[in-house]
Amino acid sequence: MSALLEMRSITKTFPGVKALDEVNLTVKEGEIHALVGENGAGKSTLMKVLSGVYPAGSYDGEIHYDGQLAEFGDIADSERRGIIIIHQELALVPLLSIAENLFLGNELTKGGIIDWQGTFKRTEELLKKVGLSEAPTTLVDKLGVGKQQLVEIAKALSKEVRLLILDEPTAALSEADSQALLNLMLELKSHGVTSIIISHKLNEVRRVADSVTVIRDGTTVSTMDAKTQPITEDAIVRDMVGRDMAHRYPDRERRAGDMLLEVTDWNVWHSEHVERQVIKNAAFNVRAGEVVGIAGLMGSGRTELAMSLFGRSYGRNISGSVAIKGQPADVSSVPKAIDAGLAYVTEDRKSLGLILEETIQRNITLANLPGVSSGGILNENEETEVSEKYRNAMNIRTPSVFQKVMNLSGGNQQKVVLSKWLFAQPDVLILDEPTRGIDVGAKFEIYGIINDLSAQGKGVLMISSEMPELLGMCDRIYVMNEGALVGELTAEEASQERIMSLIVTE
Amino acid sequence: MAMAETTDMETETKGIGEYLKAHLREYGLLFALIAIMAFFQIVTGGTLLRAVNITNLLLQNSYIIIMALGMLVVIVSGNIDLSVGSVMGFIGALAAVMIVNYEINTYLTILVCLVCGTLIGAAQGYWVAYWKIPSFIVTLAGMLVFRGLSLWLLEGQSVGPFPKEFQVLANGFVPDLFPASIGESLAPIFDARKVNVLALCTGLVAAFVIVWMGMRKRARNRAYGIVDEPRSFFIARNAIVGLALIFIMFKLSTFRGLPNVLITMGVLTIIYAFITEKTTLGRRIYALGGNEKAAKLSGIKTERLTFLSFANMGLLAAAAGLVFAARLNTATPKAGFALELDVIAAVFIGGASMSGGVGKIVGAVVGAFLMGVLNNGMSIMGIGIDYQQMIKGLVLLAAVIFDVYNKSKQG
Ligand SMILES: Nc1ncnc2c1ncn2[C@@H]1O[C@H](COP(=O)(O)OP(=O)(O)OP(=O)(O)O)[C@@H](O)[C@H]1O
Ligand SMILES: [Mg+2]
Repeated sequence: MSALLEMRSITKTFPGVKALDEVNLTVKEGEIHALVGENGAGKSTLMKVLSGVYPAGSYDGEIHYDGQLAEFGDIADSERRGIIIIHQELALVPLLSIAENLFLGNELTKGGIIDWQGTFKRTEELLKKVGLSEAPTTLVDKLGVGKQQLVEIAKALSKEVRLLILDEPTAALSEADSQALLNLMLELKSHGVTSIIISHKLNEVRRVADSVTVIRDGTTVSTMDAKTQPITEDAIVRDMVGRDMAHRYPDRERRAGDMLLEVTDWNVWHSEHVERQVIKNAAFNVRAGEVVGIAGLMGSGRTELAMSLFGRSYGRNISGSVAIKGQPADVSSVPKAIDAGLAYVTEDRKSLGLILEETIQRNITLANLPGVSSGGILNENEETEVSEKYRNAMNIRTPSVFQKVMNLSGGNQQKVVLSKWLFAQPDVLILDEPTRGIDVGAKFEIYGIINDLSAQGKGVLMISSEMPELLGMCDRIYVMNEGALVGELTAEEASQERIMSLIVTE
Repeated sequence: MAMAETTDMETETKGIGEYLKAHLREYGLLFALIAIMAFFQIVTGGTLLRAVNITNLLLQNSYIIIMALGMLVVIVSGNIDLSVGSVMGFIGALAAVMIVNYEINTYLTILVCLVCGTLIGAAQGYWVAYWKIPSFIVTLAGMLVFRGLSLWLLEGQSVGPFPKEFQVLANGFVPDLFPASIGESLAPIFDARKVNVLALCTGLVAAFVIVWMGMRKRARNRAYGIVDEPRSFFIARNAIVGLALIFIMFKLSTFRGLPNVLITMGVLTIIYAFITEKTTLGRRIYALGGNEKAAKLSGIKTERLTFLSFANMGLLAAAAGLVFAARLNTATPKAGFALELDVIAAVFIGGASMSGGVGKIVGAVVGAFLMGVLNNGMSIMGIGIDYQQMIKGLVLLAAVIFDVYNKSKQG
């Protein structure tokens, strides 16, 4: 096989940051090539260079594509050559339908007028290919992140794709959806499509990748080829973090104390479809020092449960009672919920968690401004100290806390959201997919922080689609299916099989 | 990621380039203001910077600046208020009818007018904040309603004149606190007929305070290792601002001294700059405009803030209305017509973003001045209102294009 793509000595600098420093990447025709590395290593930046987001001239080095020197001026340029990129941050128009999104800019027309029939037919075919059963007229807004990801892929397939670039495509997907997506990639490969996949889920990388390139701190560390020697997760991790990692989860000392959060008879109805009940009679509790998981499939209502609890941020006709430390608590608005000692770390950092145009510092202190002010007047020195503290504790990779959050890598943005809620000093921290898009090393750090919190007697409620993570971290796991909590397992009882069987039998 | 490693010399020069790139907008605004002033100073043969004209310039733009303060807050929080011109006119009319037709006490009238303006703003804010009706629509309705109300209130007539104690709101000057003898002895030095020592001192003190605060901020940035303004820029910028301030105040001191409205404007600007930059309230407003959902999930009472931003706008529109009426010494049905556009333009020229979350009080004030100098300079030159409108429109467009271009380059 010959090389389809060769990126030579790519260097890209942002003000104050050298994001890429002489990176080399060779991708062979027809293979699936994985690009891995820590948060902020420069993976997304490299792909943006490749696809013309950062046009030729704004970086140093050469790109050879299909035997020619390629100098893309913009994305349209690279798309014409069959390079399609699906970004880490999804780029669909929320208030347009699936069909409209798929053909945005490439509308099917008959004599200048949009051919809706043809569009819908093509959309249905494409959706089927990616395993979606939604109607083409469904608004993208109404889809979860997982399904939006599939729509993005369908969109890529609607163009002439030769090199498909997926930046963390499975970060937001459930186990089953991820599998489907990976199978889809393998199928595309059999049709001759070359792909580059960026992922922090190393088991997936091992499963689909023909070769793996590891980058660290903006330089290429190694390239492994599955043909010459089998690729192991341990080998990847070693190259990624620069040392051996014996364990993926830190040791946990288990100590359940007094009752912290107790929720009973929790019922929530859908915000728009009034007749649809989203949460049905949920009852659960978290004790001091406990890490409690909620397992379930995507769309089972875990996020809705958490958000409805956190100041009624989701749903309507919410009923049920909440007690915190044995006392009935009023959590009917977000400020009240925060005062009562709750914090909710959202799964959707970009639209619900961060103010992208603002600095890291201003994001970190946002949920606890009284903590850095007196009499309503901000103490900026204190603010800087606080955010510096979290930058160190969370190892946020950035030249300064005055950097705009927009300029951080995805994983580092996640750490900013976490920092914000840690600084709010809650008693019970609700984490919704807390390690989404976070590298192995940083995951370990975050697990460590979770353990520290529970050691301080705080309660943690963790929603995650990564079952190994729940099994590795939680003292107890609730299983959720179609809006109801269908089972509760202790750490000893819990296993992937038992969780799945609870979901299936219900 | 690796920090760019370079030698000291390189960092210095590279730093300047990078810094300029990142802050092009702010310098651009200051630079544009200076360039425009220089241009008009030359083409008007020195009329622009004559003491009389500077005084005029301040009086003419005071109400725009007062409203720009409130508009900045509204725009930063992600909304817009199209009704301010009408509200301003309506309040002026209300004041005229109360004082002139009904002979109600001036101070009571002022109080009633300010409360009334706040209520108008609050009423509009209520629909925007709690009913989620787009502010564009609500305030467009408000613009029509209050335009109509002023017509009705004045019965299509001009009402005036106002008593002395009302006129001083706009046309009064702060008396010199220093003994006249000091001023008289200073006058020959500056080759002027008289010198208002208070105005001169205010200029010196203000310039000193600005430079001192700039230095404090710089020291703080240093301490936290923030990419800092290069020394040469810092000195140049502060020298320009400080000297300009002293120059203007000196000019004023050789005429009638400090206009009352200048004090009002200055104090309001300081208060609003402080609130927006140094308080939790201000921080929350920026967060609201930056990402409403995220702000809400961070425990910020977004509805209440939106509501307050409109109530505040109403209050300032009322204040502007009083100043405007006092300045013309009469209330006319056309007062404040299309003024909202000047106010909004000033805020955008000052660097605020249409999508919210970005913008500064100082920017809005400078933006308003820029518009003011344009108006004034073109009027002195005798350029017709037709060309004036076109030029102002193009300036607004240029400023926003510059913004967008800048942003895409940084992206
Ligand atoms: N526009 C920008 N301005 C300044 N710095 C930037 C910008 N874009 C990226 N960076 C910096 O470049 C580095 C590489 O970022 P990149 O997004 O490529 O990381 P990544 O490997 O994709 O990480 P992740 O796994 O977290 O997504 C980071 O340190 C980031 O802060
Ligand atoms: Mg990335």
